[in-house]
Parts: sequence; C-alpha cells; structure tokens
Amino acid sequence: MVKLKVNGIDRTFDGDPNMPLLWYVRDVLGLTGTKFGCGMALCGACTVHKNGEAIRSCITPVSAAAGGEIRTIEDLGANGLHAVQQAWMELNVPQCGYCQSGQIMQAVSFLKSTPHPTDQQIDDAMAGNICRCGTYQRLRQAIKPAAGRIA
Amino acid sequence: MTQIENVSRRRFLKGAFGAGAFILAARYVPPMLAQGQTTYDGTEADRATLHPNLFVGIQQDGTVYIVAHRSEMGTVIRTSLPLVLADELDADSKRVKIDQAIGDKRYGDQNTDGSQSVRRFFDTMRECGAAARLMLIQAAALQWNVPAKECSTELHAVIHKATGRRLGYGELAAGAARLTVPTKEQLQLKKPSEWRYIGKGMTSVDLEKLCTGKAMYGMDARLDGMVYASVEHPPVFGGTIKTLDDQDALKVAGVRQTIRIDPFKPPAAFQPLGGVAVIADNTWAAFQGRKKLKITWDNGPNESYDSVEYKKELRETAHKPGKVIRSVGDSDKAFPTENVFEADYYVPLLAHAPMEPLVALAEFKDGKVTAWAPTQNPQAAQAIVSSELGIAKEDVICHVTLLGGGFGRKSKPDYVAEAAVLSKKLGRPVKVVWTREDDVKFDYYNAVAAMYLKAAVDDKGKPTAWLQRSVFPPISSIFDVNAVYGDPPHLAQGWTDLPYDLPNIRIENGPAQAHVRIGWLRSVANIYHAFGVQCFTDELAHRANRDPVEYLLDLIGPPRTLDFTNVQYPNYGADYKTYPWETGRLRNVIETVADKSGWAGKKSVKGHGFGFAAHRSFLTYVATVVEVEVSDDGEIRIPRVDTAVDAGIVVNPEATRAQFEGAVVFGTSIVRSGEITAKNGVIQQSNFNDYPVARINEVPAQTNVYIAESSAPPAGVGEPGVPPFVAAFCNAIFAATGTRVRDLPLSTNSNLG
Repeated sequence: MVKLKVNGIDRTFDGDPNMPLLWYVRDVLGLTGTKFGCGMALCGACTVHKNGEAIRSCITPVSAAAGGEIRTIEDLGANGLHAVQQAWMELNVPQCGYCQSGQIMQAVSFLKSTPHPTDQQIDDAMAGNICRCGTYQRLRQAIKPAAGRIA
Repeated sequence: MTQIENVSRRRFLKGAFGAGAFILAARYVPPMLAQGQTTYDGTEADRATLHPNLFVGIQQDGTVYIVAHRSEMGTVIRTSLPLVLADELDADSKRVKIDQAIGDKRYGDQNTDGSQSVRRFFDTMRECGAAARLMLIQAAALQWNVPAKECSTELHAVIHKATGRRLGYGELAAGAARLTVPTKEQLQLKKPSEWRYIGKGMTSVDLEKLCTGKAMYGMDARLDGMVYASVEHPPVFGGTIKTLDDQDALKVAGVRQTIRIDPFKPPAAFQPLGGVAVIADNTWAAFQGRKKLKITWDNGPNESYDSVEYKKELRETAHKPGKVIRSVGDSDKAFPTENVFEADYYVPLLAHAPMEPLVALAEFKDGKVTAWAPTQNPQAAQAIVSSELGIAKEDVICHVTLLGGGFGRKSKPDYVAEAAVLSKKLGRPVKVVWTREDDVKFDYYNAVAAMYLKAAVDDKGKPTAWLQRSVFPPISSIFDVNAVYGDPPHLAQGWTDLPYDLPNIRIENGPAQAHVRIGWLRSVANIYHAFGVQCFTDELAHRANRDPVEYLLDLIGPPRTLDFTNVQYPNYGADYKTYPWETGRLRNVIETVADKSGWAGKKSVKGHGFGFAAHRSFLTYVATVVEVEVSDDGEIRIPRVDTAVDAGIVVNPEATRAQFEGAVVFGTSIVRSGEITAKNGVIQQSNFNDYPVARINEVPAQTNVYIAESSAPPAGVGEPGVPPFVAAFCNAIFAATGTRVRDLPLSTNSNLG
C-alpha cells in the first residue's frame, strides 16, 4: 500500500508498487495530461513535479513517491494559467502539443531554481525534453518573459 | 466542388446539441468516451438548422459549426482550413466551433499527408462558405422584401445599407434553411482584398488545451470496460511464430491473457504485422507481461538483411546504367574524358518517431467497429479494419483524435487494425499501445537511398553534360512485393524535375529490393534527392571557384516553365497548368534569401561557414542559408538559418512560419544522427538513446522565415522546409571545414573532429 498526494488529494495505491508513476496517474487516476513518450527518461514527455521538483514519471515507481506530493499539468493551471503557460500561449509555442505538458512542467521547476536564466542555462535545463515538431526556438523565447513574471 | 445538398430541411430544428461523438471536454479529469457508441449521428454541422453542405452548419443562436475533415498533428490545419470557409461566410471566428469529422468518403480525400490539405480544399471551403452566405443574404432579402443584390454581409450579419437594417446569421438560419442551395455558378467569391482571415491566420483553436494537458490525443482515449494490449511483433519483417510459451507472462499481476495476431499476407500494406498481444488491466502490466513471453520465431526471407551489405549493393547498382527517367540532349556522347567530376551520396533508412507512439482504441460490437485513433488517414483505417474483420467499410466508425505528431507514420493504420482485431476476439474495447521501441523497430521507414552524380564541365565550371542516378527501395513495395524501381510520384520528388538549363541531362533510377516496410516520411524522397543534387551542385561551384548562389542561378537559367512533355511527371498530383514548375519563382526565393541573410557579405573561414541550397517540393519553392560553427573537435553549432518560401497564397502565415522553423529541426535530426540499421534482419535501434533526435541545444539558435507575397494558388508548407535545409547544412559544414558530407548521418560518417 503506497500513500501519496496527487494534485493536493490524498491517494492510496494497493497495486504493483513498481508501476511507474506515469501509468498510475494516467491509467489509474485518469490524469492523461502527463504523456508517455519513451519509457526510459529520454524524452521528458512524462515530467511531473515531486515536492516541487521535476521528475520523469516514466521511470519513477509509485513506491518512490510514497509520502510525497505529486503535481501534474492538470493542477498547474487549475486556478488560472501559470506564467509559463501564459507565455507558451503568447508565443504560440505548441505544434502537435504532445510534449508540451512535460516541457511546461520542466520549465516551471527550472525557473523556481533559476529565476533569471541565460540562454545557455535554458538549453541545459531543457535538453532532456524532446520536441519532435521542433518548437525549441519558441519555447526558448517563451521562458524569458515567463521568468520575468514569476520573479 | 463537394456536392452541395440541402439536408437542413429534414434536419430542421432537430436538437441543437445532440450527443457529441467525441467531446473534447475541458474537465479536471478527462472524461471517458461515450460507451457502446456503434452508431454515429453525424457532425454538429449535420444537425444544425442551416446546413447547406457537408462542411458548415449554422444554429439559430448564431453558432457556426465548421467541419475539420483533415487530421491535426501540429500544422494547425484544423483551424486554418475552417478559417477559409469562415472567411467566405463572413463569419465571426469567435462564434465558430470546429467539428472534427470521422473517416467518411463523403468528405473526399482525408489523408492528411503530402502537404496538400489547403491546396486541395481551398476552393471547396470557399465555395461552401459562400453558398451559406448567399442563402443568408437571400433569406434576409425575402424578409425585408428587397432585392438580394442590395444586401451584403458584415461579420456574422446581413445588412441592408439603404435602410440600415441588420439581421444576425442566427436569426436568419431557419429562413435560409427553406431556400434552395445555390449552384457553384451562382456564387460570388470575395476578392482577395476582402479577405478577413485568409492571409492573416489565427492561432490554433486548441492552443489553451495544448498548454494545460487537456488536449485529447489517441493515447488519452478511454472507454469504460476497456483493456490494454501490447503486441510483441516478429523481430524480422515477415517473420512468424514458431513456438510460444506465455506461462510466465500470465503470472504478471494485471495480465489477463495473450492473443495471437495472424501474420500479414503479402504485400504487407497496412495489415497488422502479426505476433502476440498481451492483454492487461493497465498499460504497464501489458508491457511487463510482454517481457515474460518466450517466443521462437521463423524469421523468413528477410533474415539475411544487413544494412552495411545493403549499402554496398545500392552503391554498386548506382554505378550501373539504370532505367532512364528523363533525358535531354545526348549525355552519353557529351561526356568527354576530361573535366569530369563524380560523387556518391547516401541517406540511410529514417524513422518517424512522433512523440506520441502509435496507439488506438477500438470496440467491436454488434458487427460494427468504433475506433478512436490518432490517424492521418481515417478512411484507410476504415478500409483495413473492414478487410481484416470482414465487415463493410461503412460499419467502421473511425473517430480522429488529436495526433501527437505524425510525419507520415500515422497515415498507415496498421495499429488501428490491431486494436479492432483484438477487440473482436475479446468482445470488449481494446486499447493497443505501442512502446517507443515498437515504434522505432516496426516503422514504415523513409527509404535508404544511394545516389551517383556525374558532370562534365566547361572552362567556367558549368556542366555540359549531367548524369544522376538514384537507387532506393520504393514505397510501392509495400503494395507490390515485386516493385523495385522508384515509382513516378516519388521520382518526381526532386529527381525527375532537375530544374537546370543544361544541354545534356540524363536522369536514371536503379532497382532495389525492400527488406523492411518503406513509407513516406515528412518530405519523403525529396530528402535524399535534394541532398544529392544540391550538395553536388555546391561541390561543382566550389571546384569552379564560383559563388554557390550565383552558380546555382546560372544552372537554373532564365525564368521559364519547365517542359515535361513525354516525361512522367505527376507534380504531386496537382494539375500542371494550375501549378507549373516555374524557375522564376525558385530564382526569386534564392535572391530573397541571399539578400535577407546578407549572403554577399558572408565569408566562410575555418570553423565558421555558410551553406546554401534551394529546392521545390510539394509545389512550394524554398531557398535556405545555414550558418555553422565547427569546433576543432568537430562539434557543430548552428547560430542561424534563413529560409525564403514561396508557397503561393498562404492562409495562416504564423502557422506557416512555425512549420518552417520545425522543418529545420527535423532536418537537423536527419543530418546529425538519423539512421536506422539492420543486422540479420533485425532493426538495431530502439529508442531515443540509439535513434537520437535533435534536442534544444543542437538545433539552430535562430531561424528566420521569409514568406513571399504571392497570388499563386496555395501550395504545401508542412514538408518543403526540410530538403533544402539538409543540403544547405551539409554545404555549410564543408564551407567551415573543407570536408564534404556525402553519407548521412554525421554521427556515424563524420570525420570532422
């Protein structure tokens, strides 16, 4: 039995504790905003927050989240869009959009620790998140105004 | 024009908000899809009060429903094409709702590939909008008892200027529905100067959902009572099961059972590959169960496929006379023994790797199938499900979800057929989820290609004779196991249509047997053809000590329409009179990009180079300049890319820019690391670790896109940015290093560092 908090709600899970958090939030809780892309922490589409920090939910067993607070994309904008989401919309970042939940969760976590990022820091922080459509130029541009609004 | 029929009378006042088939609701927890939905009640447009044609419906509250019958995979087509209709309707875009169509032949072609959605349906959308607008005008005129020609429209309302009267579209819908739908000849289309949306564009109607995790992709489709399936496919194309031991798989918690899927009957086309499906209560359990399967395979005839040997074979074939595709003058006689230059180029198999792996949900019930799939081609999904299950096409309802990328892979609905086959066997809804490994290993790959080019040059370095020969396993091999030569539509992608004004040209193609499934991928054959032609041209320019831009313009020659009399040139399926190949337009984009990039003032030095290429594909003319920095240890940065585009009339400039920005990222992956290889018939790559795609720190830091003002009919924008970028990038590497890139990708063939 694993106890954890997901988007502020207490949950208990009595299934296979080795099940990655990704499949727990998607298949068990029905929170499908978090995406499956590779299953090996290579693409970042599955990025969620654990206690405020970005993690790859596809390789994180539910058991490793025991006692922790998990936040998914569904909760990020629940009370009005987050500054990162706003910037994403203003710069029209997404194409297919499939990777963007992960990109946004990664960017939000990154900006918490680095409120005034340089281009190099942005590239370093976002290099684990693949966008096959190639929206990198726009998301790089979107991170700066978002940073300004959070800071 | 798509047939116009007035179905609104029989639909008159029928419930305005009938059960939506696939409601993309924005709720905290995504909803399940409606259950047992083996009937389909049409689109909201079909049910609207005024419904003059397939693509539009207007309600009495003024809501306008416009049908998007093409698939959304990031090009914003689901917004742009309806916007064309809204423009001619003079509708307020804020009051337009988009209705995603199911697969249905009544819409005409729905295969969202070939960069053709706008060009194929631009006129249809305009006519459908204009027809509704005319009916609204006529209804108002009747009500006011004035001649219709005295009435006009003004953003969602009909007005009578002389008397200052005004009626909203919603108020007029019921009256208009009693009128006869006008014929095409009665329609008066707006002048381009009157366009409200075309040329200005709009952001995606899905934008907020895409940024909040609420967008519903195929991966997110759920039905109550559904089970999950993961399929172990034969590791070698065409292989079959010898023995299966599923005892350990069945012990995995959550695994329910295994089901064999029959191998395909050649040709493979879009049939499932066959194998063993593990059925489970959740995706993870299905994946885990698969790992415990013990299967021995009969690998079949493709077991000997080795991509290293195959490359040698292709190259040997490229050095032998092939089938002549096009001939100008007499290049046999024209080749002297001196001043002849030749080079070989090679591009390997490429995988699509869309971010959303293949997935489909299907329910077989009462002899019918309802599927939800991220498909580029729902009618092909209907067709393959119908033939696999032995039911009528009309009994296959294929809902189209958003696609997490497509790039051509999701035009091939083998994965939708898997879900339907399994649902029939299980008697409940089944969601088939491919892993990334499945996606990389069981793709319809872009063809591996070898090219041989040879030119004899005069004292100014200009070719007097030109020979080019390509060899690649054709896409047609998935439909005909004996097909080995390039088919005309793909040869025409930048090979048959060499736009050079030279006295002697011979264009050839040699045979190659396919050992994997070959398919179209963003830009398709243009990728390797433009790479060969544009890199070879750059090599000749440098050998002649001439500026590559000036040299290319010299080879292209004066503005003219290319003459393909007696040449098989399908021109992307477009009418040649409407979409002729005009060298003047290619010259224009070349001159534009040279100007905008400051080409004349750029000087390549060691470690810092500028490369150039130009190419027409999908009826669009593109020229690209790439700037690279190469460090002493061979590390490459791309500070800037400039791309000039003439795509005719552009409906959505913002979305078009995004497509060209994305194209250079796609091209970066191809040049840096795109390579699928095989040993003993087994694909050696599996995930983003061994099939890397470009990341944010590897792509151009800045991409500038210049879109030409044009009144030519609209052409493609999704694909044409890739081919010239690939060649220009490689030419820039040469300019910075003196090393030619003739074999892609750099990761396995580079000797830069």
